[in-house]
Amino acid sequence: MNAYLIALSAIVKREALRFLHQRERFIAALVRPLVWLLVFAAGFRAALGLSIIPPYQTYITYETYIIPGLCGMILLFNGMQSSLSLVYDREMGSMRLLLTAPLPRGWLLFAKLCGSTAISILQVYTFLAVAWAFDIMPDSPWGYLAVLPALLISGLMLGALGLALSSLIRQLENFAGVMNFVIFPMFFLSSALYPLWKMAESSPLLRDICALNPFTHGVELIRFALYLKFEPIALIWVLASTAVFMGLAIWGYDPARGLTRRKG
Amino acid sequence: MTSGLSVENLAYRYGAKEALKGVSFQLEAGEFGALLGPNGAGKSTLFSLLTRLFTAPQGRISIAGHDMGRTPRAALARMGVVFQSSTLDMDLSVKQNLSYFAALHGIAGREAARRSDGALERMNMAERAHERVRDLNGGHRRRTEIARALLHDPAVLLLDEPTVGLDAAARQSITSHVHQLCADQGLTVLWATHLTDEVYDSDHLVLLHQGQILQDGNVGELRSESTLSDHFLNLTGARA
Repeated sequence: MNAYLIALSAIVKREALRFLHQRERFIAALVRPLVWLLVFAAGFRAALGLSIIPPYQTYITYETYIIPGLCGMILLFNGMQSSLSLVYDREMGSMRLLLTAPLPRGWLLFAKLCGSTAISILQVYTFLAVAWAFDIMPDSPWGYLAVLPALLISGLMLGALGLALSSLIRQLENFAGVMNFVIFPMFFLSSALYPLWKMAESSPLLRDICALNPFTHGVELIRFALYLKFEPIALIWVLASTAVFMGLAIWGYDPARGLTRRKG
Repeated sequence: MTSGLSVENLAYRYGAKEALKGVSFQLEAGEFGALLGPNGAGKSTLFSLLTRLFTAPQGRISIAGHDMGRTPRAALARMGVVFQSSTLDMDLSVKQNLSYFAALHGIAGREAARRSDGALERMNMAERAHERVRDLNGGHRRRTEIARALLHDPAVLLLDEPTVGLDAAARQSITSHVHQLCADQGLTVLWATHLTDEVYDSDHLVLLHQGQILQDGNVGELRSESTLSDHFLNLTGARA
């Protein structure tokens, strides 16, 4: 195994070990989407009528509709939370240790991203298992397998966004603002909770904003994959967004820019 | 070019404030360099540049003959660092922390285990290999960090105020151990501190003040008849 892969596997393993030591984080990550699924969706079910839209071939319940959005929610929160840990790490020093490894900085950041995405995916599958226990499941069990690459790519995109943001944030205090200004708009201005046609009924402008939101495309990629369908436009959007966010992160962590610096 | 550490004409500024102004010094292989300076002298900035957390627009750093600007990865591979604040994972064991670091340097499997055992043995930490870092005292945590920094056989070891928060016995033990490493293994050490009792007469003094080198040379010769503490205060106090 070469040095790149040794470092990658060690960084992913470290993330996993850290995660195992933070059980409360795991439970919190699971409770949030479950509350939405079992409380919010149950209330909305009566208020919201859904027509048959792809990839669905029949009428579906609202709970079924929001499953992919809630998978996206887990990826989104986790991506941001791991960047919160990066800001914290940077202040505490372990990010410093990582960045002094004799490997290209882009690779080290990518490895960190892979670690956090792997943890996110683990959480998504746990959530899907709980939803299954409540009889909310895709048409075919193969959907659980088909959704894996979609979760991976969407997870990398949202993690890369977190990484890019973490390079721009100097202090932990600023992070709360980012949570409010990034996570909530991204989640609510997407197809996670309502289909875009429904959004267009209230405001075409809102619909257009939702259609431009990369998170919408991540959710749609997951939605289609769960029903064994492929959405090429969503995939292109997600891949392009990942490349842009990763580019920003590498730029943000460039030593010549000195964003990791602290006065002393 | 030295096989130890060489810094030439290094300058850095934060906006309008000059943090380092043309800093140059050189440490040969096996030399213990004591970087002394009051708060705000530019020690942390110098350490950040030496570890490539950021890069300087002017000047040159060479680690064991490798230029940090041109071949950063080769330079970083020959360098071990102990940062001022702990960079250990508190919830992982000593051994897990070492394995993680070894992997960042491309060392895995049996080789990583062999090196970890050796490094812990040298620091008298072998029996604590499986303890959680959170359960260790401050002195043992520092020893773990030093063992970790030596895992990949670096030629140059940088330590940024490594004894902060330790009791006198732990401080003395770590200071003498690192001096011994220089003598026995030809390791080049740059040890930033503001505690003069950690510095021996045979050491190489690099005195930094307001971003500039005030003195650079053998401690015993420079301090002459006065104590190092008085010597340091005379130089930095008068110019503050």
